[in-house]
Amino acid sequence: MKPIVKLLLESGSLNTAQLAQVLNLSEADVNRQLDELKAQRVLLGFRPVLNLAHEDSGVVRAVIEVRITPERGGGFNRLAERISRFDEVESCFLMSGSYDLLVFVNGGSLQRVAAFVSEKLSTLEGVLSTATHFMLRSYKEQGFLLDVKQEEAERLKVAP
Amino acid sequence: MDSSRYIAKHVINLPKSGIRDFFEIVSKMKDVISLGIGEPDFDTPWHIREAAIYALEKGKTHYTSNLGLIELRRAISKYVEANFSISYRPEDEILVTVGVSEALDIAFRALVNPGDKVMFHQPCYVSYSPSITLVHGEAIPVPTYAKDNFALTAEALRAAWQPGAKLLVLNLPCNPTGGTCDRAQIEAIAKFAVEKDLLVLSDEIYSELTFEGVHTSIASLPGMKERVIFLHGFSKAFAMTGWRIGYACGPAALIEAMMKVHQYSMMCASILSQEAAIEALVRGEDAMKSMRDQYHRRRDFIVRRFNEIGLKCHLPRGSFYAFPDVSVTGLNEKDFAVGLLQTEKVAMVPGTAFGANGSGFCRACFATSYEQLIEASNRIERHVQSLAKKK
Repeated sequence: MKPIVKLLLESGSLNTAQLAQVLNLSEADVNRQLDELKAQRVLLGFRPVLNLAHEDSGVVRAVIEVRITPERGGGFNRLAERISRFDEVESCFLMSGSYDLLVFVNGGSLQRVAAFVSEKLSTLEGVLSTATHFMLRSYKEQGFLLDVKQEEAERLKVAP
Repeated sequence: MDSSRYIAKHVINLPKSGIRDFFEIVSKMKDVISLGIGEPDFDTPWHIREAAIYALEKGKTHYTSNLGLIELRRAISKYVEANFSISYRPEDEILVTVGVSEALDIAFRALVNPGDKVMFHQPCYVSYSPSITLVHGEAIPVPTYAKDNFALTAEALRAAWQPGAKLLVLNLPCNPTGGTCDRAQIEAIAKFAVEKDLLVLSDEIYSELTFEGVHTSIASLPGMKERVIFLHGFSKAFAMTGWRIGYACGPAALIEAMMKVHQYSMMCASILSQEAAIEALVRGEDAMKSMRDQYHRRRDFIVRRFNEIGLKCHLPRGSFYAFPDVSVTGLNEKDFAVGLLQTEKVAMVPGTAFGANGSGFCRACFATSYEQLIEASNRIERHVQSLAKKK
């Protein structure tokens, strides 16, 4: 793994100037490396991790188990990519086990998510069945604990 | 009534730790970036904490064997064999202690007669010299030097040796210098110990945090196992400082002697810490390695910054301490550290807290976040520049 990628994983909140200082590079070099990673589609982007329970907008999220028919030549890919393109779909994974795709979706309301499943997803040719599970509450998002106040453990300021 | 007249003479005469003085100043200030802490910034990995919670739920609230839980001693035996290539019997060659600090203390109490001489390298951990004094031994510091990257050399040992020397304490990698010895240097030390018939107490608490080369334990050298008490613990590598849990391994007769002192003073180490320690040894390797890699990268950053700033700093091969030379500023280490604290609110510990020959150096612990390290190094740079202008 490239040093810049390791550092981003370790301390995602560092700005370009700080990254440059730690890596002993110029800011221009850091930007160039980031651009390269983006061009190679290794680094897909940055997004804030939110505690959605604090948002008034009331985002509804669901996980959908989808069974699909594989196609000669393309396997699951063509249909998986097609499903992934919907704005409602946040992530989409091919799984081992009793279903094929695990699809994470979000929408503004229960009705919108339900409509997406019944009108868009399950009507696609090749989709055999769907099982939708609505998320009730989140405890951890992308490595961040929710609702647990991250208290700074009390450390001595000087210790032997 | 003057109650102090009751205090034993050798305790009255014991100097207060230099760290303590500095702590008093720092603790009264707000918003200090502290590079003065001798412990990991990571909390103990969750799976280890969870194991202790589970043990508590299961009612593990009782005394354990004086030697420690046999499951833990078995795990220690396996771990030491796998990582240090030394084999110790769980039944009678391993003693679980309340940190390496207790292990050292009971080793001194079990081994030192009044007047016996104990050699140790300096700069060193703050408790070595006082612990020797407390058992009425005579402390013989052996200097290590920046020119050797603070490795202990057999020549320095030979120069400091005195007739009657009985024990040699090693701490490699070393707090506060981060210095350590390669295999050839360890072999030379072992040869010297055999020649002078010294028993070696080897405090290897920072061994997992060795960044370059392979850590070599002196106990693993041919014929040395009988002459070494191997001391280790969980505080640094597994981020478990507050659990106070460590162990001593050595010849059965010596472990038995230490166990006698331990059973009358401590009885046993906390059972919860012992349960957590088992989890750390059995399943803690990944978390430990991830922390070590992060220290490694932070070390590279902070050492480079010290050298850029003009504070010459050797590359510490182990531990999470950098030990830059601040004498270029024209100030002694104490004035530099106090000035830095007062003007820029960055705490580093003056080198003399770790012995007289820490003079001219400060200890900077890099077990803290990048944001803090970047900001601290920028403030130190500003301070050093402003001192240069004043000159």
